[in-house]
Amino acid sequence: MEIGKNSMTASLRGRTAIVGAADTEVGVVKHMGATQLCVDAILRALADAGLDKSGIDGLITCNSMAEPYLYHAETIAEYLQIFPRYCISVGAGGGTTFTALHQAASAIASGICHTVVIAMADSLRSGMSRQRALAMQSSTGHPQFERPYGAPVPGYYALLAQAHMHEFGTSAEHLAAVAVAMRKHAARNPTAQMRAPISIDDVLASRMIADPLHLLDCSLVSDGGSAVVVTSAERARDFKHKPVYLLGVGEGHAHEHISQARSLTTSAAVDSGRRAFDMAGVGPRDIDFAQLYDCFTPVVLIELEDLGFCAKGEGGPFVAAGSIDPGGPLPVNTHGGLLSHCHPGNPGSMFALTEAVTQLRGAAGERQVSQANLALVHAQGGIMSSHCTIVLGRERAT
Amino acid sequence: MSEKPMKSWPERTPETAAYWAGCARHELLIQRCLVCGLHQFYPRLLCTACSARTLEWVRAAGRGVIKSFTIVRRAVSEAYAPDVPYVVALIELEEGPTMMSNVVGCDVGEVRIGLPVQVVFDDWSKDVSIPKFTPADRPVA
Repeated sequence: MEIGKNSMTASLRGRTAIVGAADTEVGVVKHMGATQLCVDAILRALADAGLDKSGIDGLITCNSMAEPYLYHAETIAEYLQIFPRYCISVGAGGGTTFTALHQAASAIASGICHTVVIAMADSLRSGMSRQRALAMQSSTGHPQFERPYGAPVPGYYALLAQAHMHEFGTSAEHLAAVAVAMRKHAARNPTAQMRAPISIDDVLASRMIADPLHLLDCSLVSDGGSAVVVTSAERARDFKHKPVYLLGVGEGHAHEHISQARSLTTSAAVDSGRRAFDMAGVGPRDIDFAQLYDCFTPVVLIELEDLGFCAKGEGGPFVAAGSIDPGGPLPVNTHGGLLSHCHPGNPGSMFALTEAVTQLRGAAGERQVSQANLALVHAQGGIMSSHCTIVLGRERAT
Repeated sequence: MSEKPMKSWPERTPETAAYWAGCARHELLIQRCLVCGLHQFYPRLLCTACSARTLEWVRAAGRGVIKSFTIVRRAVSEAYAPDVPYVVALIELEEGPTMMSNVVGCDVGEVRIGLPVQVVFDDWSKDVSIPKFTPADRPVA
């Protein structure tokens, strides 16, 4: 029995909306620390919403690796001198962003609070040494049963890639095509960290990190922060921008450590996607563009398959055909993604979210997706462990 | 020996003490459920299939196949750098459970999915031995 299947599916559809969204400078940001970037993101998102800090009564953050606090959200509230009635730090790796949005929407819909800021930032590039950043990220491995074997994070994801290649005939060129597509999007985004075009051959010629993943199959290491303002659909009409409505949300949690994965090639994105689509009352074919988690190239292939955008095992050929390119049938990561825009760790997919808001407002300039009415954003954390899928739309009802 | 303390040493807990003690004796121990017979790894308080709390330690045969693998070319830290290139793999044990390990004692180019392997132990100290795997057709010391 799936608990609450009938009562839950429509519970959050159209109940909340994003009314403010903003990023800090991203890439290499030496003049600000991680705490400052978090606060800068909040101030920018409030300005975007046209809201004073006194107008928020909820705050959700995730901890920073460069400047960690035991109770991070409380620290940020104190720094800002705001006194929210709802204040939590969440942690689900890369999936943190959208589970936070799920929490915020639930808190608003249940009346705990009315307007929540979600803010995340880190300084993996400038705020810590390369060795320390590497060590912090690889601590995701099980301390007794994985870490002694010395896999860096790309090594964990390489296990998924290798299994996908073995099972479905996915090639190194298919993986590389994901990196190439992300760079095409980034070339149209002035804020992206890496904008110079790359080819399949460039990816294959880049240094091998953990077979089959080359350097250019791996996402960036960056500084940066981002924040959104979420409020009830009723209040959302009073803000200066047209609201972007949360129409569907779903999570799926399969494991934490990759050696405990039930499948290496099919993820809990199947569950999170189905739950989000069910709530929104739409399907993959209704989606105009998608923002998918792309910490490493094979992740995008598995997500495209598990979210229903192509058949299982067909992710490679789907991407190689140009399907996720700018102007393609399903543009993916219109800002350039973690592979080319920026990746400051846990906050990474916040930028996918703010980009989705920009696109749905019709304010993306040169990179604007035509007919951008319905977006899917998806993130996963751990090693393909925790998944959260969100459906966002320009209209409150679908 | 000098670089070994910098590697990621396993810190045993009450739940895993028997496992690491077994490794020190060069025995790979996994849990078996006394109610439903499931073999599981890593050690837990409950059987993940039937939720029974009656589990016993059994010595695994130490044989399995490679479910997936990678060849690490950029080490996770300086302590592992001398080992590059090294293989990190997921091993499906004959008894059912999967565990992460290194594949050693062969050229990294020989490693493939489906390759039968057998356990060997890498002694990091008198008390700490790390179970690793080597192709099943190799003689084990």
